[in-house]
Order: sequence, then structure tokens, then C-alpha cells
Amino acid sequence: MYRPCGVFDEAYAKNMAIVRTPQHWVYLALGLILLFGLPLFLSGRILHFVNLLCISLIAVQGLNILTGLAGQISLGQSAFMGVGAYSAALLTVYLEFPFWLSVPCAALITGIVGIVFGAPSLRIKGFYLAMATLAAQFIIPWVIMNVRTDLTGGSQSMLVPAPTIGGKVFNTQQEMFYLIVPITCLTMFLIRNLTRSRIGRIFLAIRDNDLAAESMGINQTKYKLMAFFICSFYAGIAGALWAFWLRAISPDQFNLMESISYLGMIIVGGMGSIVGVTFGVLFIKTFDIAITILSPRLTSFLPPQLAQDTAAGLGPFVFGMIILLFLIFEPRGLAHRWEIVKAYFRLWPFKY
Amino acid sequence: MVLFIQFLINGLLVGGIYALLALAIVLICKSTRVFNFAMGEMMTLGAFILYAFLVTARLPLFLSLPLTALACLAAGNLIERLVLRPLIGQPILASIMATLALSLILKGIILFIWGSPTLSYPQKILPSEATVIWQFFFSNELLWTFVISIAGFVAMAFFFKFTQVGIFMRATAEGHEVAQAAGINVQQIFGITWAIAAVIAAIGGILLGNRFGLGIGTLPLVAIKAFPAVLFGGLESVLGAIVGGLTVGILESMVGGYVDPKYSEITPYIILLLVLLFRPEGLFGLKRIERI
Repeated sequence: MYRPCGVFDEAYAKNMAIVRTPQHWVYLALGLILLFGLPLFLSGRILHFVNLLCISLIAVQGLNILTGLAGQISLGQSAFMGVGAYSAALLTVYLEFPFWLSVPCAALITGIVGIVFGAPSLRIKGFYLAMATLAAQFIIPWVIMNVRTDLTGGSQSMLVPAPTIGGKVFNTQQEMFYLIVPITCLTMFLIRNLTRSRIGRIFLAIRDNDLAAESMGINQTKYKLMAFFICSFYAGIAGALWAFWLRAISPDQFNLMESISYLGMIIVGGMGSIVGVTFGVLFIKTFDIAITILSPRLTSFLPPQLAQDTAAGLGPFVFGMIILLFLIFEPRGLAHRWEIVKAYFRLWPFKY
Repeated sequence: MVLFIQFLINGLLVGGIYALLALAIVLICKSTRVFNFAMGEMMTLGAFILYAFLVTARLPLFLSLPLTALACLAAGNLIERLVLRPLIGQPILASIMATLALSLILKGIILFIWGSPTLSYPQKILPSEATVIWQFFFSNELLWTFVISIAGFVAMAFFFKFTQVGIFMRATAEGHEVAQAAGINVQQIFGITWAIAAVIAAIGGILLGNRFGLGIGTLPLVAIKAFPAVLFGGLESVLGAIVGGLTVGILESMVGGYVDPKYSEITPYIILLLVLLFRPEGLFGLKRIERI
């Protein structure tokens, strides 16, 4: 990692630190103050978007551990989010779990479901693994829709009560913001540390060559399943938050398209990079919103039916194009661009 | 017993379509080592192109079919050229994401041109009554579909066995570098493979569209059921594609008939998971030995 001229590490602890210089601490404090001050000057609609962004971010960071770090492919992240959402909802509605307990429980349940669907990864990889998780993507919503419909409401939406902590009810987008954003920050911090730990390095080794990793004494079974567990655990947190945030969940919110878009965010952001993936989520979600807002205006000159169809086609078309163009022209994603920009400003005004 | 045989027949006949789609996927998998997740959309595109020739251009059927085939050849080649060729040599996730992105792009294009309402061909392409043999019903439509699928398989078998391009394709499947070293233009073979697969997919799409109507919301979902068929038979095996397709069709029909129709839509995926757990390489697939 490059540092400004004259900054040296004098102890191992300093070398390991995430925040390295006093200047970084100042930036961090300012950033956090700005982040938590956002609700003061943003309207409800934008906060709604920020909350959605944070929930997606948790799910995508989890997927990034599995796909970017451990090199396993999952096409079922959104179905796992569904597991998290429904477990949280069922725990809260029928067993009357408090909010602070139902989220971790939902995450644990999702993690276990993730292990079940990740089990084939011990023998298969690549396309085959994509298939196994694709099966999860179809089986899980089907189970929600057809098994115990008296509890889940089947294909109808299931209503979830507002989360409460110590008598405080979290009702509005502002209040949800203060619930979701700290959890997002915490999960990001944990993931950042995970990638630097022994486990993170083992994941990298498995990604680069799992046979070689095993011959170096790494227990492949354990760590592959662990990657699946962590990935689904994060999906579970995201799903539980989704349930409490939207307060009405239905199986079709957790569709294949969402799963693909999570993978797309990783591609756009840059595989395995936490900063990059954050950019990816921001990029894709912003595009999504922009298209939803702009497409009726863009197509208003067309006859109504045609305009509606064109607007419906614009979303998948543009999203597909973004992924494809990134794959072909910038496979390292936005993370790489970010490094280039950072390097430029570090050296400015000199060329090199 | 009568019921059992009837379910078996229905399953076999529906399985013929799955087998055809599985064949298109296997073809691409075999020679380019890309699993085409966009098969459902490619097949729908083929069905819609025929619709364009039949309805929009008002051409007779015997003229529209070859024109559709030509258009699909071009489309398949174009897809390979623009989407897959730049990604040769990239990790496997890139090709998975590329075909997923392709499926979204094709979906968008189909929505732009033909919109979301379900269309249907003006005349039935195949006869729609059922033939009764002894006491079993053979839906004519499905019977024809089945016959066309089998004819497609036989044609592909001959193609692989006796034509030069077919032999080149088999050589490419063995190993890209080896084939290149033997003087085969591997990239050109990739293009041809995608073109042929697009035509096969289009045949499947037309047969399905004739049966269920043309809709971007419904047709691609049927194609996803061909994925378990491919895995069941083995990714690289043409024979596996037909066996897998028929098996998935039969099991689906049996579960739908004996257990509960609502279970039949989930059956292929459960088969898929079981196959992946117990015999990941499929029935006739190659067991790849990995070396470090």
C-alpha cells in the first residue's frame, strides 16, 4: 500500500492498522459525522434510497466474500435474503422475538440454509456450482409460496411489525436510517477485518487454486462451507433488515433478477475489493433509480402501450449492457479506476 | 397402469423439447466451454423472428422458416462475435456473467420490438388434435415436436460424424490449443457453434411458442428446465442431452400426475441438486481430472 512520502510504520501494530495516519482519523470522523448527519438535510425519498442502498450493500458484501474472495459462484443471494426476511418476520410475528434477537437468529438460519445449498461446492465448481445455487433460487421462493402458507401468506405479502428497541418504535425512514446504517457500518468493518485475517487469506488461496490450497494443508471442506455460511449470514442480515424496513414481504421480491444484479454489482465494482463493491452498489442502484425515473419521460413520445413496453425493456437492457461493457473493457472494475484516481492525486502535481 | 403409461407418454413427448434445448446448450458447452444461461432468451428470440416473418412481413410458412433459420444463424454468430469472443481466456465467472448479461440484453431487445403481451402465430404450425392409439392419447402437436427433436438429434449426429465442420468441432471440444495447433480456426468454429445452437434453440422456441404462445415472461422459464436436463446427461454429451431431456420430462409428468401438480415445477431443480450431490459429472459426462 502506498503512503504519502515520510510516513513510516514504526511498530507492527501500526503496520496492521486500518486507519494509519492522524489525517485518516480526521477523515474518518468527518465522514461518520457527515453520514449520521444525512437525515437532517435529506428528504424521506432520498433516505429511502440510502436505506435500500445500505441493505443491498450488506448482501453484496457477503456475496463478495464468497465470489470475490473464495471464488465460488452464487446465483441465489437474493433467495437467501428471502430466507432471512421470512425467518425474521416469522420469529417476530409468531414467537414475538425482539428486534435485536430476531436479526441475528434470522442470519444464523440463513447461514445454515446457505451451507445446505453450498454443500455441492465440495465436489463441483464453476458452471455446476452456479447451477446448484440457481436451484436454490427456484426452490426457496417455491417453499415460501407453497409450504405452510398459513404462516407465510404464500404468494401474498406478509406484514411485519415495526422494529422496536427498548420501547422505541422505528417507524419513519429517518428512524430506520439510524437502525440500518450502524449495522451496515459494523458489517463493513467486520468484513474488512475478515479479509485481512487468516480466514481471508485462506479464501484467497482457495480462489486461486483450491487443489493447491488443499495440498498446502488447508481444510477445503471447512473453509468452502465457511465461505457459504458467511455469505448467507450476511444475506440473512440484509434480508431481516429488508423485512423490517419494507414491512411487507413477498416471495417475488427475492427473484433471480435481483441475484444477477448483486453479481453484477460485484463485477462493476471489482471482484474482491470492498471499496470497489461499495462503488458497484452505488453505481448500479443509481442507474436503476435513474432509469425508473427517466424512462417514462424518455418514452413519452411513443404510443402508450409501446412506451410502457420500451420502459419495461430499458431496465434489463441497460443493466445487461453495463455488465457486458465492464466485463469486456474494465474487468477489474471501478476499484481499479479508483486506485488510478487516488494515485494521481497522491502524486499531483507531478506526473510520477 | 394405463394412467402410468399415459403419464410416461406425456413426459416423453414434453421431454423432447427439453432435449432439443439441452442439445443447444451442450453444443456450445462442448466446443466453447461456455454454459449458455441466455438459452431461454435466444430461443424466444428465434420464435419472435418467425412471428415477424409470418405476421409482420406476411410471408408464407415455407418461406418464413428458412428465413428464420438464416436470421438465427446470423444472430448466433453475431452474439459470439460481440459478447463471447472478447472474453476468451477470462475466468469462468466472466463467461457466466456475460451470458447472464446477454439474457438481459436480449430480453430488453425483445421487449423493445414486440412488447410484453403474449402473441400467438396466426395459423397453427403443427396440427393440434390428438391421435388415439389403442387407449392412449398422443397429442399431435407434441408428437410432431418429439419427431422434430429426434430428427434434430439424428441430423446433429450425422453432422458430427461425417461433415468436415462437425469433425473440426469435435476436435475443438477435445482441446482448444490442440485444435489450433492442428490448423483449425478455433474462433471460426466457435462462431459456427453459436450459430448452429441459435438455430436449434429457435426450433425449440417455435415449437414451444406454438404450444404456449409467444411471451417474453413465460417462454424463457421453460428453457431453464433444460438446465437440469443438461447436467443430468453430462455437460459434454450429446447423447446425455437427449436422455437427460426425456428423463426430466418424464419425472416432471410423473410427479405432476401422481403427487401434486404444484410439485412438478420444482422437480427439475430437485433432480438438479441430487445429480450435483451424487454424480456431478452427469450420466455420460467426462470426469475431468484436475492437476496442479
